[in-house]
Amino acid sequence: MTATALATHGLRKSFGALQVTQDVRFDLPAGARHALIGPNGAGKTTFINLLTGMLAPDGGRIELEGADITSLPPQDRVKRGLARTYQINTLFPDLTPLEAVTLVVCERHGVSRRWYERLAKRHAVIDEAFALLRDLGLGDLVRRPTRQLAYGHQRVLEIALALATRPHVLLLDEPAAGVPAQESGILYEVISALPAEIAVLFIEHDMDLVFRFASRITVLVGGRILREGPPGEIADDPEVRSVYLGTAVHG
Amino acid sequence: MTAIPETKSRIGSIDWFRAQARWRWYEPVFWLGAVAWYFLLPTYLPLGTQILVAALFALSLDLILGYGGIVSLGQSTFFGVGAYTAGLLATHGWHEPLSCLLAASAAAALAGWICSFVIVRVQGIALLLVTLGINLVLYEAANKAYTITGGADGLQGIEFSPLLGIFHFDIYGRAAYIYTLIVVFLAFLVARRIVHSPFGLALKGMRENWKRMPTLGAGLRRHGTLIFVLSATIAGLSGALLAESVQFVALDSLGVQRSVDVLTMLIVGGTGVLYGSFVGATVYMVFRDQLSDLNPAYWYFWIGLMLVLVVLFTRNGIVGALEDLSAWIEKKRRGAPSS
Repeated sequence: MTATALATHGLRKSFGALQVTQDVRFDLPAGARHALIGPNGAGKTTFINLLTGMLAPDGGRIELEGADITSLPPQDRVKRGLARTYQINTLFPDLTPLEAVTLVVCERHGVSRRWYERLAKRHAVIDEAFALLRDLGLGDLVRRPTRQLAYGHQRVLEIALALATRPHVLLLDEPAAGVPAQESGILYEVISALPAEIAVLFIEHDMDLVFRFASRITVLVGGRILREGPPGEIADDPEVRSVYLGTAVHG
Repeated sequence: MTAIPETKSRIGSIDWFRAQARWRWYEPVFWLGAVAWYFLLPTYLPLGTQILVAALFALSLDLILGYGGIVSLGQSTFFGVGAYTAGLLATHGWHEPLSCLLAASAAAALAGWICSFVIVRVQGIALLLVTLGINLVLYEAANKAYTITGGADGLQGIEFSPLLGIFHFDIYGRAAYIYTLIVVFLAFLVARRIVHSPFGLALKGMRENWKRMPTLGAGLRRHGTLIFVLSATIAGLSGALLAESVQFVALDSLGVQRSVDVLTMLIVGGTGVLYGSFVGATVYMVFRDQLSDLNPAYWYFWIGLMLVLVVLFTRNGIVGALEDLSAWIEKKRRGAPSS
């Protein structure tokens, strides 16, 4: 029995009359590679926003490694090891990747409010930031303003920022969104090379990528979990095929 | 496009941060220019002092606006608290200027800390209005409390003892200029350190994308509190310097007009570049000095026109235009001979 990294119990959220999250009970084991799929408007991003504290749920509970985090603000969830990326690049356009990642490492080390100290003297922090970027293949680009980076590199930087928080659970909202098909595989190579102890939950529309990289799949439809299981089971499920895959499966 | 290997080692990264904080050639030139003013323009020393005070005040706004990306319309709140603290100490028998400066900064810091409880809860337009509101409240409170503040007549009868017991505040403003220049320079060094500190980087992160900060572990409210306290301290220092150099505190030191003026100076000079405050304050004050000689009533016409032109035609105020110009010249110089 593996430990649960992240769990929700009876999670609910409505926007007016629209129930976007309905009694969602979800378990993410430690070290999982778990895909969250579903048609547009199924409530996938809302679910991530609830998990990270960007939205407050109307009911239910969220647990991170056994501790109730339902009412914690986003930054405290990050400090406990829950990080996310965004479907649309949410970066620091005028900062270099080196600055952006250094900023995150400073936050994690609790030195981000040292206004009287020289940043350049924080060798360990800068080393760590550079090493992370180098390991993700951005080593040659660390000193260029983010807005000058190619789109694919910006997607990798999204992940780098989240990784700099040293997460135990990483939530990836369409990490390859907008990346040409032939390059999206590279992005997922980065993801699959992540340390095994990090539990990864990712939203993805490309079924090839989902079946290649997920060890488990949850299908969300209309704010409700329709099915959950290993890829083979989900692929063969007639209801999943009709509701979701029906339009995506050719011939 | 092939990526040019820019850095292969960790040393490169540390050096890069060090290089960011290094003194540029124009920095000593600028400060030597401020010293030269004393010798070359002896009849303009009071104006020079006012420019330095205004520049320090603009610098305090630059920290929250240019670096933190927070637009405040009530910065004179802290300037006024500093000015009145120094003035009131002097009218109540405490005449030593240096300790008055420290007390004024501390009072302004406290005011910044108290205001931050409200300020860090809001963003954007709401924050603009809250800072404006606090400014108005304090202005009218000072107006009403005329038994303490002198109300609209201002705080009169301020006297400071000689600096370090030796240098008198003379009528030519010589001692005041040197004194102000030294204090402003020291405060500038502090601001410069803040900008190149871990907190300076966090501020830039807030400016570039404040929404992303909490999802990376940053507590925006605690960051906001700290920058408001630091900024208020510097604003209060500049207010106290004005009180000491002109030996008078006018009610408008707390006025919204002053908050707007300092915002104008900063935007004309350039935000987020430290020296924008000094360039903007110099241009603004010299303009005002010259224009109000020509026609005392309508000089805001020209200030308004300058603001519109600068915003329309420059990327980031005068300093931004100078940066673009030097980049263009550099490009021409490199490109022309080879082609």
